[in-house]
Amino acid sequence: AAPLSAKPSAFKVDEKQTSLKDITTYNNFYEFGTDKGDPAAYAGSLTTRPWTVKVDGLVNKPGEFGIDDLLSSMPLEERVYRMRCVEAWSMVIPWIGFPLAELLNKVEPNGSAKYVAFETLQRPSEMPGQKGFLPVLDWPYVEGLRLDEAMHPLAILAVGLYGETLPNQNGAPIRLVVPWKYGFKGIKSIVRISLVDKQPPTSWNRQAANEYGFYANVNPEVDHPRWSQATERRIGESSFFGAGRHKTLPFNGYGDQVASLYSGMDLRVNY
Amino acid sequence: MASPARPTAPPAAAPATPIRRSGPRPGRRQAWQVWALYVVGFVPAVWTFYLGATDQLGADPVKSFEHSLGLWALRFLILTLCVTPLREITGMSLIRYRRALGLLAFYYAAMHLSTYLILDQGLDIAAVVADVLKRLFITIGMAAFVMLIPLAVTSNGYFIRRLGRNWGRLHKLIYLAAAAGAVHFVMSVKSWPTEPLVYAGIVAVLLTYRLLRPLWRPKRRGSARQRSAGTPLAGQPRQV
Repeated sequence: AAPLSAKPSAFKVDEKQTSLKDITTYNNFYEFGTDKGDPAAYAGSLTTRPWTVKVDGLVNKPGEFGIDDLLSSMPLEERVYRMRCVEAWSMVIPWIGFPLAELLNKVEPNGSAKYVAFETLQRPSEMPGQKGFLPVLDWPYVEGLRLDEAMHPLAILAVGLYGETLPNQNGAPIRLVVPWKYGFKGIKSIVRISLVDKQPPTSWNRQAANEYGFYANVNPEVDHPRWSQATERRIGESSFFGAGRHKTLPFNGYGDQVASLYSGMDLRVNY
Repeated sequence: MASPARPTAPPAAAPATPIRRSGPRPGRRQAWQVWALYVVGFVPAVWTFYLGATDQLGADPVKSFEHSLGLWALRFLILTLCVTPLREITGMSLIRYRRALGLLAFYYAAMHLSTYLILDQGLDIAAVVADVLKRLFITIGMAAFVMLIPLAVTSNGYFIRRLGRNWGRLHKLIYLAAAAGAVHFVMSVKSWPTEPLVYAGIVAVLLTYRLLRPLWRPKRRGSARQRSAGTPLAGQPRQV
């Protein structure tokens, strides 16, 4: 991870930040294995240069963007966000990134674009989890957002954390961060972003549609079928003596900014 | 009807006990070995607790500790279920350790549950009750633990004598408890990672062994007679 400078931003939660060690050793990145420690153990060999992100689909100016061009040309900001995993744990992470809208505006989505589809690198030679005899997921990992969600100022493409470029296990060199949604929406190591007119498939939804919806907004009222989402364990605080359980907040605490995106929708149905 | 096998003392007439290391007499030495098994058996719990208490158990120490205890409960259940097939297939009798293995499984299940209740849920009883009632995998895990309680309570000589042939019938519950434990593990994770499936596969093989054993068992009546308790297929009439 190389040093990466970024402007401070107003998007900063005032809570104790999770340690770099915890952020970089406790990861779900199934391309490198299903254990929380697997990404830290096996992602080191991932080649992240050269790297291009192809942005195409229903746009006027499709293009391929080199990662170093993005790092130098995009307005990098530090965003301290809560991260709430669907598994009921959470962190507070100082990301460095830029609004997804900045990139989307460059390619000029046309009038028929309604959704944004994302795709992770598929490279089994460097991603041992993709080689499995019984694949845990259909590779490559795919995710999606509605266009208005993608254009929301809170939605960023992260390229760093704690003042440095993104460690491989956290989704280097570029990943999505959508802080009001469960962590699995934050697709890692993105190689392609496509503007489309229909709701795109998403990996966890394909794996278990009754457990993981397309929207996946953090919602303490709607339980996962196998566990409650009412509370969360804050990583780093839930020490052995005194488990720090926090109440989970609607939209992960970002309701003031994003709830209006879903007005009129039944969030129990669109979980 | 043969009397049920006493878990720590193999019948004197057992045909094959090649593993007895020093002398044929059961007694104090054997008890010492069983106590040693308890000591060794608790090492993972003590060690993992030490790691957790000194902040060496990763980012989510409570979850890791909880998971480790549950995994060891399942491992000891599996070892308990291995005793009979091992003896029937290889002649190696570890039956004197079976009670200790079963009780270790129970103790680990109890610690796993306590960790969930105290360290994980912070004794939020309402949340726990809701979990047990609404989350099938927790319901199943709790059922497995509840099934182990009567087995642990009746694992002593008093109840073995007192219950007679019913002791063996009661202790067939371990089959259901092991199956429930394995399902609980598989259902607790996202997708279908390998590790829980491997454990479920081992349990399935051990239970299938019991199901299929009547196919070859008649050939082994002599040895079967010695250990009718705890191992027969559920519902099979015992013949002596």
